[in-house]
Amino acid sequence: MTDLTADVFVAGGGPAGAWAAIKAAEAGASVVLADKGYLGTSGATASGGTGVWYVEPDPAAREAAMASRESLGGHLADRDWMARVLDQTYANMREIAEISRYPFPEDADGRQIRRGLQGPEYMRRMRVRVRRSGVRILDHSPVTELLADASGAVAGAAGHRLRADEPFRVRAGAVVLATGGCAFLSKALGCDVNTGDGALFAAEAGAELSGMEFSNAYAIAPAFTSVTKTAFYSFATFYHQDGSVLEGAGSRRGRSVIARTLLREPVLCRIDRATEDERRAMRLAQPNFFLPFDRQGIDPFRDLFPVTLLAEGTVRGTGGIRIAGNDCSTSVPGLFAAGDAATRELICGGFTGGGSHNSAWAMSSGTWAGQGAARYAAGLGGRAGTRTVRALGEAGIRPSRADGSGPGHREVVAAVQAQVLPYDKNYLRHGDRLAPALDVLDAAWRDLRATLRADGADGVRARSAAAMAAHARWMYRAALARTETRGMHKREDRPGQDPAQHHRLVTGGLDEVWNRPETPVPAVAS
Amino acid sequence: MIEVVSAARCVTCDICIRVCPTDVFERGADGVPVIARQGDCQTCFMCEAHCPADALYVAPFADPVPPGSPHADEDVLGAALGEYRRLVGWGGGRTPGSRLDKNHLFTRRLRS
Repeated sequence: MTDLTADVFVAGGGPAGAWAAIKAAEAGASVVLADKGYLGTSGATASGGTGVWYVEPDPAAREAAMASRESLGGHLADRDWMARVLDQTYANMREIAEISRYPFPEDADGRQIRRGLQGPEYMRRMRVRVRRSGVRILDHSPVTELLADASGAVAGAAGHRLRADEPFRVRAGAVVLATGGCAFLSKALGCDVNTGDGALFAAEAGAELSGMEFSNAYAIAPAFTSVTKTAFYSFATFYHQDGSVLEGAGSRRGRSVIARTLLREPVLCRIDRATEDERRAMRLAQPNFFLPFDRQGIDPFRDLFPVTLLAEGTVRGTGGIRIAGNDCSTSVPGLFAAGDAATRELICGGFTGGGSHNSAWAMSSGTWAGQGAARYAAGLGGRAGTRTVRALGEAGIRPSRADGSGPGHREVVAAVQAQVLPYDKNYLRHGDRLAPALDVLDAAWRDLRATLRADGADGVRARSAAAMAAHARWMYRAALARTETRGMHKREDRPGQDPAQHHRLVTGGLDEVWNRPETPVPAVAS
Repeated sequence: MIEVVSAARCVTCDICIRVCPTDVFERGADGVPVIARQGDCQTCFMCEAHCPADALYVAPFADPVPPGSPHADEDVLGAALGEYRRLVGWGGGRTPGSRLDKNHLFTRRLRS
């Protein structure tokens, strides 16, 4: 058993977790970071490439950047948060350039162009900086539950070290959850480590979630592959199998046409609307986009190839752990949230900002959560490692009955996937399909809550299965509660936007899931 | 999914075992990693980018290839092993791919 103490414990080693660890350490905290995989390759960022919501500090440019997404997001974002994120992102990108010496491209005048980051290079350098900050990194060490003190304040975390096959525990003054969103093991690029574990831990500690209805992101990928890069399909035309154009289909507007068609027949695609310059630019922007084509001998600019839509759930949706303070604190003392584990409604409202907003949010929220956690831990005055702690995990780790019968983690995952992956349930939403899906998920939860449990690496899988089940139930409860179409949440049975629902929706609970409207956001013309 | 670990090229450095985000590899008796949990592979290509010996090949499919597939045949694949590392621009004498990034060119068109 690895038994450690630290001022700050960070769960998750994607960009948000890495920034949180660095900033907590810079604030003087001792820091331990644990990742389910490996800090440097884990998560949605490392294996991909992303634009960054990076805007020069010019008032007109900032105003345009903030205004551009407000309507798409259903007017649920917050101008103060957007402005803070633009400021913080600008500062962090300078650190990436100057401290991590990230090799940015340059314009004709030799000025760095800092509007994008390639995942492998970015996260390799973030790992170096985390290590140089004196942070202790535990790779292949998934967290399985939080620890709390007698008052209910979060006081650490426990998990399993996969390589050594032994448990670990870190008692800490404060915890940052940066475990990513939930993509339900859909095999979307880099997302299989994102099973919503942090949201389950947060809920068990009493934290709230927000925006869980904004959880139906689907990305375009060549069929049978993992490589999602929806932006590139803006240059594509989509076709029926007989070669006729699939009218109305598109990457940005018209993805639902692709989904509806895929329910009946294959959809073919060709990236035939890119100029020669743009083709070259694509190759240099995200080289792994072309691996599935090159390795199959397909020329995506000339040949027709079949596509699919892979669920990205709350990785590119905007729902997650509700943020209660400017330091990315949650409603639970000692618990902070950052990156895709947290709601991104504050800057995106109800529509995914795509990679660029998420990457800006990850580095900004990670910075604030790390600093906030360090401050909170310092306020404990050295009691961090001496508190008596209790473990908070329930579903998948401490079942309510212990007779051992019931579904295993594989059955739970399959049952959850059957309700959240199909396009006609999650993407093309209708109350008549959401309600029975939620009934099935509630029943699955009752079963797993009663009996699901496993040891070692299988115990980790059991917890991830429970987290996915919880996530799915929060999503559909919220999707049923929002009886309108707003942001990415589109209800076929409620096609209009309802001014009376111009508010965020807070969700919580485990055995009993609940919703309530958040205090309305300050009025913005809608 | 990861399909090939070339014993001929592998330098038994354990890097792939260490960096795989879904913990797919185990060290074999001879030190060469074995694909112990292929079903957990998420086809993210990260191992191939990190392998300093160009000893790995990730087939571009989210499921295992059938027996006899050229995507599992080291001799057929040849220079495709480690190709992703070359594209990322890692390894001696190479320019980091990020330096050549032209993402801004087409994001400009997407915004317009």
